[in-house]
Amino acid sequence: MSVFSPRSADGGPIIDFDPVSCCLEIEGLSLAYGETPALRELTLRVPRHRVTAFIGPSGCGKSTLLRALNRLHDLNDEVHLSGRIRLEGQDIHAPEMEVAELRRRVGMVFQAPNPFPMSIYDNVAFGLRLQGGIRKRQLDDVVEWALRSSALWDEVKDRLKSSAWALSGGQQQRLVIARTLAVRPEVLLLDEPASALDPISTLKIEELIRNLKSQLTLVLVTHNMQQAARVSDYTAFLQEGELVEYGTTDTLFTNPRLARTENYITGRMA
Amino acid sequence: MDITSDIHSRHISRQFNQELEELKTHLMAMGGLVEKQIQEAVAALLEGDSELARRVVENDRAVNDMQIKIDEECTQVLARRQPAASDLRLVLAVIRAASDLERIGDEASKIARNAGDLIEGDNGNRGFVEVRMLSEHVRRMVRDALTSFARFDTELALQLVHEDEVVDEEYRSAMRSLMTFMMEDARSISPILSLMWILRALERIGDHANNLAEYVVYLVKGLDIRHTDPEDLDKQAITRKD
Repeated sequence: MSVFSPRSADGGPIIDFDPVSCCLEIEGLSLAYGETPALRELTLRVPRHRVTAFIGPSGCGKSTLLRALNRLHDLNDEVHLSGRIRLEGQDIHAPEMEVAELRRRVGMVFQAPNPFPMSIYDNVAFGLRLQGGIRKRQLDDVVEWALRSSALWDEVKDRLKSSAWALSGGQQQRLVIARTLAVRPEVLLLDEPASALDPISTLKIEELIRNLKSQLTLVLVTHNMQQAARVSDYTAFLQEGELVEYGTTDTLFTNPRLARTENYITGRMA
Repeated sequence: MDITSDIHSRHISRQFNQELEELKTHLMAMGGLVEKQIQEAVAALLEGDSELARRVVENDRAVNDMQIKIDEECTQVLARRQPAASDLRLVLAVIRAASDLERIGDEASKIARNAGDLIEGDNGNRGFVEVRMLSEHVRRMVRDALTSFARFDTELALQLVHEDEVVDEEYRSAMRSLMTFMMEDARSISPILSLMWILRALERIGDHANNLAEYVVYLVKGLDIRHTDPEDLDKQAITRKD
């Protein structure tokens, strides 16, 4: 595929870049909730160590797509899924791929911060303890590293034993990110991570997202287009379960190539 | 994607439509005033009307005020609406265009000031043919630039980019003939210098009109053609209707 693929004649999506090194490959992904289709034949590649944002109106399938990336739909019998998702070349639905291991490699953070009812330290250590075989000393190191990576360490280092619920919403969200980071994921999925936060906490999360991309690949779903414009390197615009336009954030927000994209990001009626 | 001139009236927020429409309207009003300034500055010279020349110099303040007002409105839109895509390009194009129109206003005022000196000095009609020709040409360019802005017409804008080369040639040829006058008669040096300043100002107006045309291409196509040799422009990409 060339770097600049021309528009397909059948009105298919415009994808105006081709990641040099790609972390996730989604190929012909369709998903339906019972009879209701949510994603239609989605094909796109998520570049490694970059921030990719999925934007689109409510019900466009962006969260559904995000959840498919770490198989959160597995337990829902209503969901029918076809197509392929590859993580670093490995099919995530292959029999040898364990869901627990997949979810360690592909971490997820949700809209509402959901710390466990335990201390700050125990929250971050939770995943590692679950894996087992780790010494206290090592655990201390990883907890500190994770809290530093999520820019929370300075605020909590003197009260690691106090309850996570005593933290503010923004701190809780960063704690949840630290908990996810502690198991060293390769991908971090963020579903509206800042929509319940005040503007300052939001900026801290955004700063964190920017800093984390040297360590891992980030995929962000957001309703806040300015947020997508601020933090992402690439943006995919979805509508009614279809990929409409996918390109560099720079281009998409200054000169989108399709009227559907233009109308959405500028708030126009179709 | 391509945009058409009615695109800024289709937002869900009507207030936003209005704000963007106002930007365009105010820019056009400023353009109208600037056009009048050029026309009157040149008329003051050709008709020997020193009172008119004085008025043009005075009116430059109104042009400056309009630029400040437009800049303020653009700042408000940027701060409050965080425009994207074609909306963002419109705001940027308006800011840039207002700045070029203000400079055209300065050039018109320069012409009027030099015209005032020439009228007092009784220079005869030397150089008037050249001034008339060049001024008509650049006035048409400014008018066309504003029209292309109002209509989002990249084809017309592209013509202007080439027009500017013709103006530059006319300017050089006018300078040559004025230099001949200077060599023939040393007493004419001072009035001829004033005329040269006027021609220079007209040539600069052509450059600013050319800039305006470039902003239209940016606004409509998202292509930045500044500092590009006109020969190297991808004409198809600029005029193609997507």
